[in-house]
Amino acid sequence: MSKQQQHWEKTRGLLFITLAIWFVFSIGIFFFGAEMESSSIRPFGYPLSYYMTCQGSLGIFVILIFWFAGRQEKIDEEFGFTEREDS
Amino acid sequence: MIKGKFIDNLPKVYGIYTGGFLVFIILMAIAEQAGMSAKLIGICFVAFTVAIYAIIGYLSRTVQVDAYYVAGRQVPTVFNGMATAADWMSGASFVAMAGGIYFKGYGYMALLVGWTGGYVLVASLLAPYLRKFGCYTVPDFIGTRYGGNVARLSAVLVLTVASFTYVTAQINATGTIASVALDIPFGIAVYVGLASILLCSMLGGMRAVTWTQVAQYIVLIIAYLLPVFWISNKMGAGVFPHLMLADEVARIAELESQFGLGTVKNSAADLATVPKGLAGITKAHSEVNTTPWKFISLAVCMMAGTASLPHVMMRYFTTPSVKAARRSVGWSLFFIFLLYSSAPMLATLSKLSLMDPNLATGIIGKSIADVQALDWYQNWNQANLMFVSDFNGNGTLELNEFFMGGKAVVLATPEIAGLPYVISGLVAAGGMAAAMSTADGLVLAIANALSHDLYYKIIDPKAETAKRLIVARVLLVIIGFAGATIAALEIQGILGSVIWAFDFAMSGLFFPLVLGVWWKRANAQGAVAGMLLGLASGTAYLVWVRTGGAGFWGVTQLTFGIVGSLVSLVSMIVVSLITKAPDAATQKMVDEVRVPSGKTVLGKQH
Repeated sequence: MSKQQQHWEKTRGLLFITLAIWFVFSIGIFFFGAEMESSSIRPFGYPLSYYMTCQGSLGIFVILIFWFAGRQEKIDEEFGFTEREDS
Repeated sequence: MIKGKFIDNLPKVYGIYTGGFLVFIILMAIAEQAGMSAKLIGICFVAFTVAIYAIIGYLSRTVQVDAYYVAGRQVPTVFNGMATAADWMSGASFVAMAGGIYFKGYGYMALLVGWTGGYVLVASLLAPYLRKFGCYTVPDFIGTRYGGNVARLSAVLVLTVASFTYVTAQINATGTIASVALDIPFGIAVYVGLASILLCSMLGGMRAVTWTQVAQYIVLIIAYLLPVFWISNKMGAGVFPHLMLADEVARIAELESQFGLGTVKNSAADLATVPKGLAGITKAHSEVNTTPWKFISLAVCMMAGTASLPHVMMRYFTTPSVKAARRSVGWSLFFIFLLYSSAPMLATLSKLSLMDPNLATGIIGKSIADVQALDWYQNWNQANLMFVSDFNGNGTLELNEFFMGGKAVVLATPEIAGLPYVISGLVAAGGMAAAMSTADGLVLAIANALSHDLYYKIIDPKAETAKRLIVARVLLVIIGFAGATIAALEIQGILGSVIWAFDFAMSGLFFPLVLGVWWKRANAQGAVAGMLLGLASGTAYLVWVRTGGAGFWGVTQLTFGIVGSLVSLVSMIVVSLITKAPDAATQKMVDEVRVPSGKTVLGKQH
């Protein structure tokens, strides 16, 4: 397998992990709105359903993108596909 | 004061700008104490900020193609994040979102999740690859990746339909704010709004829009956060509202049951006396009040729409590198998060201010005559955004007898909570900034697609640079005027048009864009089928539901993108597979796009 194919394999792997996390917090948990509402987990005292729609999921997305960008940079570095700074 | 290149001095330039703006707010506050009228303060805020944007627009004028289309590809990560956030957060986010949460609660917050979650798709599926491609516009990518004018033209069509639906809503919003702040009729205010939008973009294209959008972000975020923090502290609800309003949310639930929310219903005859567009509180503040599918389908449409809207995507063409494009998406979402996470807090504070009899500002349970004598009530009643009526004739204002327009939550809350008028002026300037920045991005996206993809790539490939840029500017003005003319007709509400725009974009562009990068076998025939059939079926579904059709799968006129994009996906795969695979050159091009290093696929100037 060529270097480029290996790079793409890894990139794709990262994509699947990222999309899986994204799916859980953008779609998955909202199947359980009623359960979240009656849950005893109450971040900062808010009902869990309310908190996730106001801040929880949103904040997780921000962190997820930065984490994804960091991992992708590592993959690019590993295979020598990082851009030159001046390009 | 500032030496060297503008780009190297960005933190300093915008630091001074922010400081200057804060000084301006303080000066206005002093002027208010000295007796300046509320109306004059409003005019000063809007006129001053718009003048600054126009100056930035003028200073960023350019005659270079790559500066005009992609700001010379040298916008640093964090600043591009701010510009994208302003580009993204429209009049709907700024003026209407908190109101939507106020009235509809949990069900509405699907939009919050959708409008942020979409950025994960942008970062992982598209932005870095399209940046590597080196295109000027979204149809530029489609046209080159799939090859052929038909594909390019189809992309231009989808882009125009989606962006135009969106831009009329934004020009409408600038008109609304300008008409309130400057006290002129809406029909004229729309064109005042348009003139300010064109001032920012006409001379410098993307470069000018970028630097005005950064300036607009700073104004809009100050204008949104300052009142939220101020009201929260004034009310004693918490120093940092986002983490400290749990008691207030619980208190609202308590008051809701005390005031008989959901048990006391208004008769149809009573409701008929309420002015159009105003609503009472009928849904509980924090309860889960919708089915999972309704919530999820709306969120999915907004997410896929985010990843297909060209005015957002083209912001990531302006970064210096692929790596910067990726990080820039993170920064964009961070800056968006600052406002979005505050909107529910504003809705909570606003509702409690009005409802809680223990607060001086509470009006529910007071005598109707007292409420009608309130200064702010009279103002907003006159603006057709507030209404009370003694339906049960007991002389006391009940929860079901108070009505408000969605915009009033953001625009009127500072006044209701007893903040000085200077804050209301600031909020008006913020709303104007939000609507203008989005309108600028959209008008530019349409004009660029038409001038670059339709005129230069298809009609006259030999056109000289000067001629290309003149065509681009003429188109900008024409599209702006067309948008303003339709906005003046007021066909659909601001929020409704915005949601439609997402569904249109998702129907026609989501899968052709994503599969262009992630599926090598996708070819031109498939992409054209995907774009046209997706757009057509989505539109047909919308028309069908709007004209009384029953719909299926619980897909409504707000989520028709689900139907459109499914048709798009299936037809794209089927047609691609029954026609010839893309040639070796195209396959190689896709390989090129997938690695960050090396030259862009399209040259620096094309």
